[in-house]
Amino acid sequence: MAEMRLIDAVRQAMYEEMQRDERVLVLGEDVGLKGGVFGATDGFYAEFGEARVLDTPLAESLIVGVAVGMAANGLVPIAEIQFSDFIHPAFNQIVSEAARMRYRSNGAFGCPITIRAPYGGGVEVHGGLYHSQSIEAFYAHVPGLKVVTPYTPYDAKGLLKAAIRDPDPVLFLEHKRLYRSARGEVPDDDYLVPIGPAVVRRQGTTLSVFAYGQMLHETLQAGSQVAEEGIDAEVVDLRTLRPLDTETILASVRKTSKAMIVYEDNRFMGFGAEVAALIAEEAFDALDGPIVRVAGPEVPAVPYSDPLAAAFMPTAAKIADAMRRLAAY
Amino acid sequence: MPVEIKLPQLGESIHEGTIARWLKKPGDRVEKYEPLVEITTDKVNVEMPSPYAGILLQLLVPEGETRLVGSAIALIETEAAEAAAGRPAAAQPAYTPARGPAGSDESPVAAPARPPAPAAAVSAAREAGPRLSPLVQRLAREHSIPLAVLETLPGTGAGGRVTKEDVLKYVASRAAGAPAPAPAAAPAPAAPATAPAAAPPAGDELVKLTPIRRAIAQRMAQSKREIPHAYGVIEVDMSAVAAWREANKEAWRRDGVSLTYTAFFVQAAAEALRAFPIVNSHWTDEGVVLRKAVNIGVGIAIDDGLIVPVIHNADQLSLAGIARALDDLTRRARASRLSLQDVEGGTFTLTNPGVFGSIWSMPIVVPGQAAILATDAIVKRAVVRDDAIAIRPIMHLGLSFDHRIFDGAVAMPFLNHMKTWFEGYRGGR
Repeated sequence: MAEMRLIDAVRQAMYEEMQRDERVLVLGEDVGLKGGVFGATDGFYAEFGEARVLDTPLAESLIVGVAVGMAANGLVPIAEIQFSDFIHPAFNQIVSEAARMRYRSNGAFGCPITIRAPYGGGVEVHGGLYHSQSIEAFYAHVPGLKVVTPYTPYDAKGLLKAAIRDPDPVLFLEHKRLYRSARGEVPDDDYLVPIGPAVVRRQGTTLSVFAYGQMLHETLQAGSQVAEEGIDAEVVDLRTLRPLDTETILASVRKTSKAMIVYEDNRFMGFGAEVAALIAEEAFDALDGPIVRVAGPEVPAVPYSDPLAAAFMPTAAKIADAMRRLAAY
Repeated sequence: MPVEIKLPQLGESIHEGTIARWLKKPGDRVEKYEPLVEITTDKVNVEMPSPYAGILLQLLVPEGETRLVGSAIALIETEAAEAAAGRPAAAQPAYTPARGPAGSDESPVAAPARPPAPAAAVSAAREAGPRLSPLVQRLAREHSIPLAVLETLPGTGAGGRVTKEDVLKYVASRAAGAPAPAPAAAPAPAAPATAPAAAPPAGDELVKLTPIRRAIAQRMAQSKREIPHAYGVIEVDMSAVAAWREANKEAWRRDGVSLTYTAFFVQAAAEALRAFPIVNSHWTDEGVVLRKAVNIGVGIAIDDGLIVPVIHNADQLSLAGIARALDDLTRRARASRLSLQDVEGGTFTLTNPGVFGSIWSMPIVVPGQAAILATDAIVKRAVVRDDAIAIRPIMHLGLSFDHRIFDGAVAMPFLNHMKTWFEGYRGGR
């Protein structure tokens, strides 16, 4: 057991999986000689060699497309998208090929690829329009795909290992800000965190807040702030966006009678809309207030300017305000 | 100046009253203390005297409707300034959910579509119709809280909205009342929450709940929700009691006392309760409260349901004293003339479904008590005595009890104590 950063947990998960199973390999831009722009594959090239650590051209469609082909031929590829902002050229490969394989073959073939993609804003080095976006809503929409985003280093290692061993494609979203800010105990041994179940990070009775990734950090801080005012927020880490743990969500709402969803993506048709709809449909008569979303504003991307970027991000203070309003409703 | 007349507090644990009949109409002159209105509650019916002298201006509540204690029911123009000002509280600011322009980063998605109320026009946001959340409406159904009551609850939410907590607080305060008119009837239907107020299908008829029916429903449902019931039943040979009663009832009648079996049941139960104090108790989260007084409630069927007058200190009364008390309470119960004291303070309850022919009953424990005794019909049966078959009047004696408080190892000895009392009865007590 060692305390480590989330990025170290990601690296350790891949390292152990590549040692455990020689079919596992990584490919992506700068994953080889450079060891990845965030250092996720640091040292892999020397350890596992060029056949299992592949530097690719700047072509995401190729990265995922090649991974799909590798999987069809018995390999277990981990495709790294350097920034999630650049994943869209691979949309067709992910949605039309990888996610469909199981269905298309009537269950005969899977597509055991893992696509890792760093995402999100609020990072000190101005991400701006092309290095800050949240893309989960596009992909969580797609049946056949699993979408996972860890909050703790422990979950990062366990969930990534589960993703690599999953017989179907998994989009593994890593919030860039958590890479070096989230620290925690991570066991040295081989363990899995199952894809699917959400986890309650803070027990509460006044209202339920559902969040994931970096927003969980902000939400937990907001929860501590309002706790002094007698507002007892329950905070649920969704962890897996698809398949969604509806049971945990509904149980929490039935307990507190009020629901809020926090996400960094812009609000309109974001992931929170699905959670809100689920609650409205399945727990209508448990509601004692409106379902509230706290999310990014209606602009095309996280802006470059510092003040504007700060205005964009849902912060602990904004979330705490929304909690107060909902509690008083 | 016009003054509000409010529904008064009519007794401990009474929280609402129904306007049965107005005795005055608008324009009438009313003297102070002159009967103004008849009010029925879930316990008793009362005539309310006018608290002021003056001209009746307006009746705020039509006959048949129920209001919480403290609600204004009429306006009267008083002559003097004797009336204390009972003005309604100033209007609360209306709550308008924060709704940013599309794209603001926070906004309630499910904010009720209400036009923003101009501050002045909102004499109370509630006047425009209550804003009841789905949960509040469901809780109201589950706890049988009529809409009229719900609307008058003091709301602590934004703009006076009635919140989940407000409803639960109301339910708790309603339930915390003294263990009063809770009926003890055997298979009392603990009316489950009915469907929302939808019109009944053609041909079906909706019978409105009377206050007493509602009280029965609420108390029975509360008991079944909160108290884990357990049951024990034994057979009692009533030969000795029957013979003694047969031999003496004429003489007692001449003395003006009706000697019913119920009097024997109450006396036997009182003795058994003295021998088993744990049965004369009630549950709290801090512990079991052993009741010092032995106050036995006896269920009496009346037109509209059931009422449970209490024989106070039954353990200190003779058989004649118990019989007299029963006679008096029954008579007054049927004439709707019980006072609050008559129905309050019970520590144990006896129900006698045997009078309706029941031979096997499992009554519901009255909330706030530990057990309820059921005496079933006395039926002649073939039983074995000294290896021969004999015909004996047999009664099933049953106890429903709160299993949190004690176990069958107490319940059955309690029943057997009574059985010994009945079977060895020699009279004279």
